[in-house]
Amino acid sequence: MHAVIQYLISIWVPLVCALVIVGVLPLVTGYIVLMERKVMADMQARLGPMRVGPHGLLQPIADAVKLLIKEDIIPDEADKAIFWIAPLISVTAGMLAMSALAIGPWFQIADLNVGLLFIVGISALGIFGIVLGGWSSNSHYSLLGALRSAAQLVSYETAAGMAVVGALLLAGTLSTREIVTAQGDYGTWFIFAAPVGFFIYVVASIAETNRAPFDLPEAESELVAGYMTEYSGFRWALYFLAEYTNMVVVASIATTLFLGGWLRPFAGTPAFNFLDYFPSALMIFVGAYCLYRAPKQPVKVQQLFMMVLGLAFFGVALILAAPLIGRVNDMLPGLKPGLHGAFWFLLKVGSYIYLFMWLRFTFPRYRFDQLMRLGWQFLIPLSIVNVMGIGLALVLHRQWGWSHWTAFPLTTALTLLVAGWLGWAGEKKDKEHVFVGES
Amino acid sequence: MLDQIVFYFFAALAAISAVLVVTRRNIVQCAIFLITALLATAGIFLQLHAEFLFIVQVILYAGGIMVLFVFVIMLINLDISLHQAQYNRQWWLGLLLALVVGAHLILAVAVGRSVLPFGEPAPATMLEPSTQIVGRTLFGEYMLPFEIASILLLVAMIGAVVMAKKKV
Amino acid sequence: MIPTSHYLFLSLGLFTIGIIGVVTRRNVIIILMSIELMLNAVNINLVAFSRLVGSAEGHVFAIFIITDAAAEAAVGLGIIISFFRNRETLLSDEMDLLKW
Repeated sequence: MHAVIQYLISIWVPLVCALVIVGVLPLVTGYIVLMERKVMADMQARLGPMRVGPHGLLQPIADAVKLLIKEDIIPDEADKAIFWIAPLISVTAGMLAMSALAIGPWFQIADLNVGLLFIVGISALGIFGIVLGGWSSNSHYSLLGALRSAAQLVSYETAAGMAVVGALLLAGTLSTREIVTAQGDYGTWFIFAAPVGFFIYVVASIAETNRAPFDLPEAESELVAGYMTEYSGFRWALYFLAEYTNMVVVASIATTLFLGGWLRPFAGTPAFNFLDYFPSALMIFVGAYCLYRAPKQPVKVQQLFMMVLGLAFFGVALILAAPLIGRVNDMLPGLKPGLHGAFWFLLKVGSYIYLFMWLRFTFPRYRFDQLMRLGWQFLIPLSIVNVMGIGLALVLHRQWGWSHWTAFPLTTALTLLVAGWLGWAGEKKDKEHVFVGES
Repeated sequence: MLDQIVFYFFAALAAISAVLVVTRRNIVQCAIFLITALLATAGIFLQLHAEFLFIVQVILYAGGIMVLFVFVIMLINLDISLHQAQYNRQWWLGLLLALVVGAHLILAVAVGRSVLPFGEPAPATMLEPSTQIVGRTLFGEYMLPFEIASILLLVAMIGAVVMAKKKV
Repeated sequence: MIPTSHYLFLSLGLFTIGIIGVVTRRNVIIILMSIELMLNAVNINLVAFSRLVGSAEGHVFAIFIITDAAAEAAVGLGIIISFFRNRETLLSDEMDLLKW
């Protein structure tokens, strides 16, 4: 009997996880788009979408319906089969990459022993969707966008890969689950051991997901919409889905590698156990805010909607608080790490994506040669130095018995010194450089 | 059973896409089928429990080398080459010789079957944490070849830059 | 379980197809792609033997082959780009001058 249950769990848990990811991800991306529009509106001192649902909360659904019923235009001169299949490649690559992610200790489709490399490698295949889509549209804007995208991805993947290698050296494993466990054993997240690596990964992942300030492949002032110029309706929505899925994937990689995965802040310190109440407290706060806003909605239905939403948040708070009761925790000891792990993981992913948006609305777009110079002459050398620095720190710590507190700050300082020199040298060269047409 | 389904599926996929790579007229389609063949090979590696090689194949071959190919194909306009003859004048001789080589290889495997244990299924995996074992072998016994390979890459990189640069 | 010979037959099939591509096609890029196909077929062979013998050396050699393929693709495509820039063609049988 027990063996049968074990077997069913081994089959059904990954299947359910896969279904949840495939089913929920489009909705989540829709709400990330809404969040992006709201954050953008906030930074530009306006309100953003407010019409569909209270505070625009139903906007993603309206957008999705609009895109689904829009006409699917395929240009006459396009290479039809490739045009048709290209967005699917991008989406499939993004979703496939999610299969090795560990969202909390429970929620994982497959714990591969090459997990992290699998995520990095599969998500890199999404570039074919962009390149082939751009080529098959048979339009100059699309082709230029695709070429830029390919060049950009190949350049920045190297830097991102080297940053990942740095953190992997610290973890000593490739399995996503064991990387997080290793951070628990260290007692600190890897961002504090390798801050330069994290910085490199942030910059490189922005470039890899084609987001501003590195959104050259779809720069609207130069290329209309880059590789998606000829796409419309559902296929365009698929590209959008792929782009946001990739954002979630890179945010998850950064969370797993540098931000401690599903671990709570100060996971090993009992003095900070009060942070276990944080998930419930946050949910109660959000729910209370919804209830506070409810009477101020102009329409009756919207008022009702906000009330229901607030109560739903209270419900989530209850569920999150349940494992904190001693009796429940004794009965189901796995509940707390599962639920709270997922909460912390998603919170970190959300913060990382918020960082992306923040950067997008703060920095102006780079020029393409600046982008290439930043990648090849600053980030790639720096990432190599970073790997060597982490290796040195590990040797100092493990072979020579230095403590963490001296070895890692020392090598970080050395790496930062190199970074400063690289930046200074690049700046100097930049000043000597005379642009064509300027003289 | 599942093992066999996986293997024969990927084998058929690899073989069919390989045939399409050498017969299609449009270079972009050739590149797509080559990617399919490479990914199918990666699937076969996975079926052989070579996880690390699987991911190297996906990242380097499919994600790196093929992106380079597609990039170059798009840099070079291909409208003209679509309407030119696709095979050279002595294609029949080449085909004949290639088939002779293929027949030789089949013969070699067939003869080797009686000497080496080809016919039996391969023993169950003895290389369990295959990533660790590959790493140890690569950085222990094969350290010198590894360094030589990195010099080869450096040389190739400089060579490619010099070759493709407009003015040296 | 699948006998090792099936891997070998698959491998030699791909290898032969690669040879056919190299000797019959005129387009240089397709010739280069066929060479990649041949290298790939060799990798299958190596990994299958590695499984048979139970050592990781086949994997290591496959990694070296992939490295080599990367180097070859970079240099080969560099040559193709510079050739295309000079002669505006991609056909191997028009590459008949030793010096331009």
